[in-house]
Amino acid sequence: MKFSEAWLRTWVDPELDAAGLAHVLTMGGLEVEALSPCAPPFDQVVVGQVLSVEKHPQADRLNCLTVDVGTAEPLPIVCGAPNVAVGMKAPCALVGAVLPGGLAIRAARVRGIESQGMMCSARELGLSEESEGLLVLGAQAPVGQSIRAWLDLDDQQFTLKLTPNRADCLSLRGVAREVAALTRCPLHLPDFAPKASNSEFGVRAVRIEASDGCARYGGRRIRLERPDQPTPDWMVRRLERAGLRAKALVVDVTNYVMLELGQPLHAFADAALTGNLSVRWAREGESLTVLSGQTLALTGDLLVVADETGPQALAGLMGGQHSAVSAQTRDIFLEAAWFSPVALAGRARRLGLASEAAFRFERGVDASLTLEALERATQLLLDCAGGEAGPVLDLAHPEKLPQRLPVRVRSDRVRRLLGFEVAADTMRQILTRLGVCLEGDGEDWTATAPTWRVDLEREVDYVEEIARCVGYDQIPMQVPKAPLRALHLPERQRSRQAVAQRLQARGFQEVITYSFVSAEGERHLATQPSPLELINPLSQDLAVLRSTLSVGLMETLGFNLKRKQEQVRIFEWGRCFLPAPDADGLCAQPLRLGGLWYGTRFPEQWGIKSEPADFFDLKGVVEELLPPGASFVSIQHPALHPGRSAEVRWNGQSIGWVGELHPRLGPVYDLSRMPLLFELEWAPLALEAWPEYRPTPRFQPVRRDLALVVEEGVPAMAVLDALRSAAPENVDSILLFDVYQGAGVEEGKKSLAFCVKIQDTERSSTEGELEQICQELIRIAEHRFGAVLR
Amino acid sequence: MQVLMSLQEEALALFARLDSPHALEEAKARYLGKTGVLTERLKGLGALPHEERKSAGAAINQVKGVLEKALQQRREALVLAQQERELRASALDVTLPGRLHGRGATHPVTRTLERIETLFRSLGFEVAEGPEVESDDYNFTALNIPADHPARAMHDTFYLAPGVVLRTHTSPVQVRYLESHALPVRIIAPGRVFRCDSDVTHTPMFHQVEGLWVAEEGVSLAALKGLLSEFMRHFFEQEELPTRFRPSFFPFTEPSAEMDIGCVICQGNGCRVCSHTGWLEVLGCGLVHPNVLEPLGIDSERYVGLAFGLGVERLAMIRYGVDDLRTFYENDLRFLKHFQ
Repeated sequence: MKFSEAWLRTWVDPELDAAGLAHVLTMGGLEVEALSPCAPPFDQVVVGQVLSVEKHPQADRLNCLTVDVGTAEPLPIVCGAPNVAVGMKAPCALVGAVLPGGLAIRAARVRGIESQGMMCSARELGLSEESEGLLVLGAQAPVGQSIRAWLDLDDQQFTLKLTPNRADCLSLRGVAREVAALTRCPLHLPDFAPKASNSEFGVRAVRIEASDGCARYGGRRIRLERPDQPTPDWMVRRLERAGLRAKALVVDVTNYVMLELGQPLHAFADAALTGNLSVRWAREGESLTVLSGQTLALTGDLLVVADETGPQALAGLMGGQHSAVSAQTRDIFLEAAWFSPVALAGRARRLGLASEAAFRFERGVDASLTLEALERATQLLLDCAGGEAGPVLDLAHPEKLPQRLPVRVRSDRVRRLLGFEVAADTMRQILTRLGVCLEGDGEDWTATAPTWRVDLEREVDYVEEIARCVGYDQIPMQVPKAPLRALHLPERQRSRQAVAQRLQARGFQEVITYSFVSAEGERHLATQPSPLELINPLSQDLAVLRSTLSVGLMETLGFNLKRKQEQVRIFEWGRCFLPAPDADGLCAQPLRLGGLWYGTRFPEQWGIKSEPADFFDLKGVVEELLPPGASFVSIQHPALHPGRSAEVRWNGQSIGWVGELHPRLGPVYDLSRMPLLFELEWAPLALEAWPEYRPTPRFQPVRRDLALVVEEGVPAMAVLDALRSAAPENVDSILLFDVYQGAGVEEGKKSLAFCVKIQDTERSSTEGELEQICQELIRIAEHRFGAVLR
Repeated sequence: MQVLMSLQEEALALFARLDSPHALEEAKARYLGKTGVLTERLKGLGALPHEERKSAGAAINQVKGVLEKALQQRREALVLAQQERELRASALDVTLPGRLHGRGATHPVTRTLERIETLFRSLGFEVAEGPEVESDDYNFTALNIPADHPARAMHDTFYLAPGVVLRTHTSPVQVRYLESHALPVRIIAPGRVFRCDSDVTHTPMFHQVEGLWVAEEGVSLAALKGLLSEFMRHFFEQEELPTRFRPSFFPFTEPSAEMDIGCVICQGNGCRVCSHTGWLEVLGCGLVHPNVLEPLGIDSERYVGLAFGLGVERLAMIRYGVDDLRTFYENDLRFLKHFQ
């Protein structure tokens, strides 16, 4: 909502400057988003009238003028404007004036001819971006008057950022009411006398068929004598300062009344209408070409005003081209109706139509305004263009109009919600100033909202009114009080920070990538064949929900490699989205932790030989995050190297994977070396292992190393698991410490070296016992895997 | 005697001269070994007359003692010298950098989230979570935003299917939490939210922290002001941080407010960041609308709720002086490393 300060001050004129007024509005809940002067600073520019025009003897494009600026002698001025003419009034900058942009006007000779001033265009005065020729002023402009005064250029434009509940402030009257209530300044309603109607005009019959959408409909025929009269300057100025462009008289007047009172109006060319009108829902198959030029196929949820030939307007939204009014239209049918917010909601947005009327109807218009607005518009039209108006039609379905139910307002309740003391009398005064009708004395009232405050529905709404009029800044800051309660801190729950810190200590940087990715990225990296698609994505790059964190990690890798990063270690924690429905019928959205390692094992440095990181580097990182009992088995994953990827299993289920990117994806991502990736479900990672106490042995452990030769294809972990499960209780640990192939080991075989430690808690173990245990372990390895002691 | 003394002198001078343990041991043998000079002399004592034998023997033994002691001292000195040579040889340029694994950092948005969580936990708020793919019902209807409410248009919602959205705010967690927990509740709900909007000051994904406190006592507009001012003062570590509350509108709170803090960059004097107003808008808040509480079976006469929602990126930008929102989601490692 934009408006001119000067216009507002004709309604309510508090003793505050523009900035002070803006502060009051902002703190009252009508945020002033911008306050801008209507013209840049300049002075010594006055209304001048051109008395004579002669060609400049030395320059084709210049004229030599004499200009009356109200002084005894007219001024000689050389001027290059193409539109200059004798008798024209235009701004004249006097000698000594400094125009916006810094141009200083001096007495000078222009190609030999004396010039004592400059005739100005709108652009030269900073009033518009572009202009052709001089700014032509009306014949009434008083010669010699300051142009700032004549055009009211010291005015300021207010821009309000209104919240959707304050539809009442989408008009000057609404803002003025609000200013009056907030500043306790008197409100002057401009009065106008309704024009007498000529009952000889036939009434155009209207039927409301869709009373759910239209609960009140007013209209009248008006015959204009001179419809092509220009819109008065003052009206043009107020419209422009409200952000609307002046077009032609009838349209300007309907816009003006909408801005002034808040009631949208529509004018039909009466001659274009056939027979009676009806307000109804559109029928399938109907279409309408609207004023903006688009032809719309109408649907049953669009409210229309139709004549006997079909829809002539989208009710409350936009008129039809067929019945549009032009500067030549003498007979108009003027409509002022109340369309329900539900009937208009979302329609303008859906159809891509920008409509001031719909914006207001969607938010709720005061249903009592129709007749007043018709009378006001009639008065303005007839005053400007002359003519006659017919009788007023007023149809209503009162039961479908917004009901203003009385609400109980209790001063105690107000105090409890505000948290501080406000006198009941103060509350009563505030609400009364806002136009609320209060019944009852003392501490409790029955409140009825004024017709324009459709947002006041419940007691809490009145609480807010009281709070904002008292001033939110008057509410004391209270130290919040609540019973002390310990937070729920399960010790077995590992925090996200704790896991992140481990990764960071291993050199991994946290990243946050978008939850939506490109379908292409998903196709390359996901196991999930059909990702969830957004119906209205912003772009193809952000079109589907990620089913794996890898997509964002790979994009981040690419972004950073382009910026010459050589080593990239990153991780992300976030939700992935899978089509399988969850309990709410939405989709599965598990939290996961994913990581990527590209490049060398260590950052480049003098003390460590630069080597590429391999599968086991990342696997080591992953292992340190996992809950006890997790294991790895080789898997086939479409995005991973088939021989260098493993599934992470825990408690009999898959909880993630780790692996090297499949080399076939190298060209896709423009990589010659494959990054390593992992992804883990968050839930099992969040479980902290419980410390299990066992008495610390008093005896020294005994150690024996075993090297077993097995077939190359035997998984090391299978051997280790078999040894561990076969070992008696006093075996403290079995550790794999070497894997060897080469001289001394037969081709196609490998040697696995284990260290076995025995630790009795009650006595020291003997070499003999150790020998016996090792023999048993060797026997099992031989039996299960054909292992041979090396 | 004189011979003996000059022998001693000669031996001592030799010992002092020798700087290898091997040569020293050889020199020892020359004087004190089985056939050493002194040993021979002791052997030769028998040839002396009885009365001379004793004093000659004592003199030889004295020299022997002196030499042995000198020998021992020289041995130790040589070992020390040797050790010193070895240490010198093994000295390092200790100014060379140590072996580094490199260290990663927390993303600035996470860092800010963690700070917000820590502060609210210290005020007795639990942390709750909710789904990011959300139903229309929880995202809008349950929050007093019925279908066709103009407030829906402000949200620029991403749709997955009719009735299924990417949540546009963290407020649905309020409803989910109240459905499943006994009163009183005091929670914050941090997380990702999504709006179909992308330009210099908007990213289609960002983070919010929702706060909710519903109780029989203690909750009011005055307490809301106190709580949020306390938080902001501690978040920005400015004891005198000015705050102001302006009336605003959210369908799920009434009364509603927007909170501004005095610009922490220009201290309220006016700068580009605060658009020369001296104030920075940091969050929206209010008392929970009875239309939200009542469908959940909560007696809105007995219980009062306060709620707030703050933008994490906004706080991170102000706190760390980041001037472009989009930087957070480019994940340029050169930017992220500043948050070590």
